[in-house]
Amino acid sequence: MIHTRGLTKTYGQVEAVRGIDLDVSAGEIVGFLGPNGAGKTTTLRMLTTLLRPTSGTATVAGVDLFADPAGVRRRIGYVAQGGAFAPFSPVGEELVLQARLYGLTREEARERVTALLAGLDLPGVEERTTATMSGGQKRRLDIAMGLLHRPEVLFLDEPTTGLDPQSRAGLWDHVRRLRDRDGLTVFLTTHYLEEADALCDRVLIVDHGRIVAAGTPEELKSAHGARTLDDVFLAVTGREPREGAAA
Amino acid sequence: MTALAALTGHYLRASFGNKFTLAFGALQPFLYLVLFGPLFANSGVGSWAVLVPGLLVQLALTSAGMAGFTIVFDHRFGVLERLRVTPVSRVTLLLGRVLRDAVVLLIQAVTIIVAAWALGLRAPLAGVLAALLLVTVLSVGMASLSYAAALTMRQELFAPVMSTVVIPLMLLSGALLPMSLAPAWLDVVSRLTPFRYAVEGLRALFAGSYASSALVWGVVVSLVFAVVGVAVGTGRFQRENA
Repeated sequence: MIHTRGLTKTYGQVEAVRGIDLDVSAGEIVGFLGPNGAGKTTTLRMLTTLLRPTSGTATVAGVDLFADPAGVRRRIGYVAQGGAFAPFSPVGEELVLQARLYGLTREEARERVTALLAGLDLPGVEERTTATMSGGQKRRLDIAMGLLHRPEVLFLDEPTTGLDPQSRAGLWDHVRRLRDRDGLTVFLTTHYLEEADALCDRVLIVDHGRIVAAGTPEELKSAHGARTLDDVFLAVTGREPREGAAA
Repeated sequence: MTALAALTGHYLRASFGNKFTLAFGALQPFLYLVLFGPLFANSGVGSWAVLVPGLLVQLALTSAGMAGFTIVFDHRFGVLERLRVTPVSRVTLLLGRVLRDAVVLLIQAVTIIVAAWALGLRAPLAGVLAALLLVTVLSVGMASLSYAAALTMRQELFAPVMSTVVIPLMLLSGALLPMSLAPAWLDVVSRLTPFRYAVEGLRALFAGSYASSALVWGVVVSLVFAVVGVAVGTGRFQRENA
């Protein structure tokens, strides 16, 4: 579903990403971990067409990222860390607009929005604005925004940052259900390693712009003789997972 | 096409939901019309038909020129990024906004012309309608450049910078007093700005001089300005994309 070889991003003299090779299969939930500044967000922004790679090759959902970025955009959903809603506009209007940008008619868009919101435990919030919603509700709204056009891959950037443990666990359930029911492929960044352990089928740890460890949480723990992913992280990057993290 | 209609409709609903913004964008030219217009009409420099075209260009500068302010918030709240991951072309993302701004400007321009009519403006209807079209073309370029500016400079600088920049542009256009009164150096500087030609083209239309070179120049410069504006604006939307 996602395949890259030698993906790099250079800003002037600074190599933010130095050569990422990764393969994600359909229906996998993959966690992309790494210290701040390791190249996580840059890689995510390249895979979602928001940033043009300097070199390398990449196909996302079977489409060449360089040759057909619009084709990639049609097939992926992207949920940014900071959300996607202005606090003064009714969320239903924003969702319907977004669905129509993917080619749905107004009626199709309305039906899709109603069904998606119900499926994410947000029934009937169309007239509300995000100003009156909890952190957990906002994150689920952002996920609804990313799922409007039934993407094959969903990219989630730090989906549970700032959420309380209960909302976080609820969000994991929703992500698992999307994969189990719809076969959705999920690629997410997180700096909560217990989240990666609990939710992800496979984990990629990136440091200094390269992938330094990859495998299932169990494989990584046994390979490093570690009890938790935190210990693995420390062993391969030499840093604590939440060092300098915002949340 | 569907995407463009969806975007423009969405933005128009938002604009009409906020009548304050709608009125505020036209406030400056309206104040000039009511508080400066009577002086101008009695000054012997020219009639209402000379002043009102200038005020339409002032409107394009202030109303469309500040359009970029709305994208500052979209940028901050992640709305812009969410639009950029859709397959919609970058020029459509820009034009959805710009067409809204053009409709808003058209409504404001008609309001100003109607008010001016009540104060004593007289001009041929065909010329006035053509003038509305021309000022709309101008506003497309202005709004596009405003978005480009908003996406380029630091967010908090946009409002102070733009509101300062439009003042010399307006004065140099001859919107308030015809540039025929200007000393040579000021006349030369004025000819370096596109708005000078727009003002003179609009004045030709209000005077019914449909075959004048001023009109030809006004149309040509406004069209070029619009094309350049949209190209620059699209470039800013495209920036860094794959």
